[in-house]
Amino acid sequence: MTGTLEHIIEVRDMVKKFGSFVANDRLTFHVEKGEIFGFLGANGAGKTTAMRILCGLSYPSSGEIMVAGHNVYHEREKIKRKIGYMSQKFSLYDDLTVSENIRLYAGIYGLGRKEINTREAQLLERLGLTHIKNRLIREIPLGWKQKLAFSVAIFHKPAIVFLDEPTGGVDPITRRQFWEMIHDATLEGITVFVTTHYMDEAEYCDRVSIMVEGRIEALDTPAGLKQSYESRNMNEVFLKLART
Amino acid sequence: MSRFFGFVKKEFQHIFRDVRTLVILFGLPIVMIILFGYVVTTEIRDVEVGIWDRSMDQASIQATQKIFSSGYFVPAGYLDREEQIGELFRSGRAKVVVVFETDFEKNLKRENRASIRLITDASDANSAQLAQNYLQGVLMNYFQSLNPDINAPWSVQVKSRMFYNEELKGVYMFVPGLMALILMLISALMTSVTITREKEFGTMELLLASPLKPREIILGKVTPYVFLSFVNALTIILLGFLVFKVPVVGSLWLLMLECMLYITLALSLGVLISTSAKTQQVAMFMSMLGLMLPTILLSGFIFPIDNMPLILQWFSSIMPARWFIVIVKNIMLKGTGFVYIWKETLILLGMTLFFILAAVKRFNVRLK
Repeated sequence: MTGTLEHIIEVRDMVKKFGSFVANDRLTFHVEKGEIFGFLGANGAGKTTAMRILCGLSYPSSGEIMVAGHNVYHEREKIKRKIGYMSQKFSLYDDLTVSENIRLYAGIYGLGRKEINTREAQLLERLGLTHIKNRLIREIPLGWKQKLAFSVAIFHKPAIVFLDEPTGGVDPITRRQFWEMIHDATLEGITVFVTTHYMDEAEYCDRVSIMVEGRIEALDTPAGLKQSYESRNMNEVFLKLART
Repeated sequence: MSRFFGFVKKEFQHIFRDVRTLVILFGLPIVMIILFGYVVTTEIRDVEVGIWDRSMDQASIQATQKIFSSGYFVPAGYLDREEQIGELFRSGRAKVVVVFETDFEKNLKRENRASIRLITDASDANSAQLAQNYLQGVLMNYFQSLNPDINAPWSVQVKSRMFYNEELKGVYMFVPGLMALILMLISALMTSVTITREKEFGTMELLLASPLKPREIILGKVTPYVFLSFVNALTIILLGFLVFKVPVVGSLWLLMLECMLYITLALSLGVLISTSAKTQQVAMFMSMLGLMLPTILLSGFIFPIDNMPLILQWFSSIMPARWFIVIVKNIMLKGTGFVYIWKETLILLGMTLFFILAAVKRFNVRLK
């Protein structure tokens, strides 16, 4: 991460209200191209709301927001072409095979048949899933499903991938392998925007923001945060922030 | 465009890989039509009749023979005491008892009048009524034929004909009704369930975050069901024709077009349901309870609308099936053209537009 800093996500004074409830209170932050940006916060702090707005799944109440160079108010279609999204449910279709799932999403993102064929073969090879490509998703283990869901989310080589609590319910070893995959994705120039509950995972991020009750209370590198909150690890940082 | 077709293909895969869906889609219509056609019937057949002939003369014996040769009745025994009537009913061996008075023939000849008592087990009111009507019909016919040359000072002969359904077959009534019911059920239920399934599994979020437009997603989900419902409509018409000899007197094309309209209506209703149901169970419950029961009870499918209390009559006006049944009966049985059903068609069209607009509106609210 050297050289000029390019802001792939730029958020200024983003507000989201549901009736009188303020879910996002004047959020201002940016995400740099190619970094892993951790978006932390307790349940109900407003993470998912903010992330849905950035993905074009809902409209903000006010604020200036640019994602991948496009305005979230008028250019959602353009944004959607440039992003990938993975939800906490590792949403793949249970009754379709591994291969069919890959090809379905690739098709939705407008990839040509030839390109799909090559990329699919590469992907299956890399994940070591070639032998089960014709198995239904419901028959494969959760860990594989998760990796596959992530691979599908970046199959079309998006500029940014949004991961909504991508490691829920999987074992520590699989989680570690998963973060290696995330890291590999950044090497291909993909920016990663990730929400998580696991504070040890926050350590893998280049920068971390912590939301408390709809506001961003802290935003820095993990090292910087530990220093300013005089904590040994991110867990302590989080607890100090969440309690105040 | 290939994006959209890929999506539709996936929807077909969902359908053809799920046995339960297939059973509902293709098994249900066939089972329902066979069941309704054979079981729920307003015709009578083989009703057990007991005879208490107190005169045993030629006229009463011939009348008895007429009853049993009509094809509707079978003998349940001959009685000779009053008490046996009650016994026969209690044991369930007979539904009707016919009592000829003493000196039946003599009275008939001498005074020109003789009486027959029909006693019916009315614990099942409908079939009692039916059996009694049929019996009366058979007896009247017989006695009229006995003395055509009688010179009464005046006589009125009532000749009745049943237009559009000469033999008063029950299936004539059920085929249009079942079509309305099955198409509504399959189209609305299936679409609402399949859309909420995507919500439940989280795949809807993924689709919404993809370059697919919301209307493409909905259209993609609905398209397979348009085809399959149409196949269903054809199956019902074909089964009705082949198994129950229900004709299509009017234009088959017009009938198909009207079916298409009704299917579209049901599908948009399904989409509307899916916008408010969070889980498949809720969607199923809403479709079953909210659509199936009212469609059966209030559409005029089984119970005549004119006999309902006024408030229920109003309620039945908002049942799409009510108008569709009128249309189908008109085309299939009466063979009328569009001129006679444009009003009902317009109502269905209006309802369809309303459901589509409401669904789009709700869908947008959800995005906010």
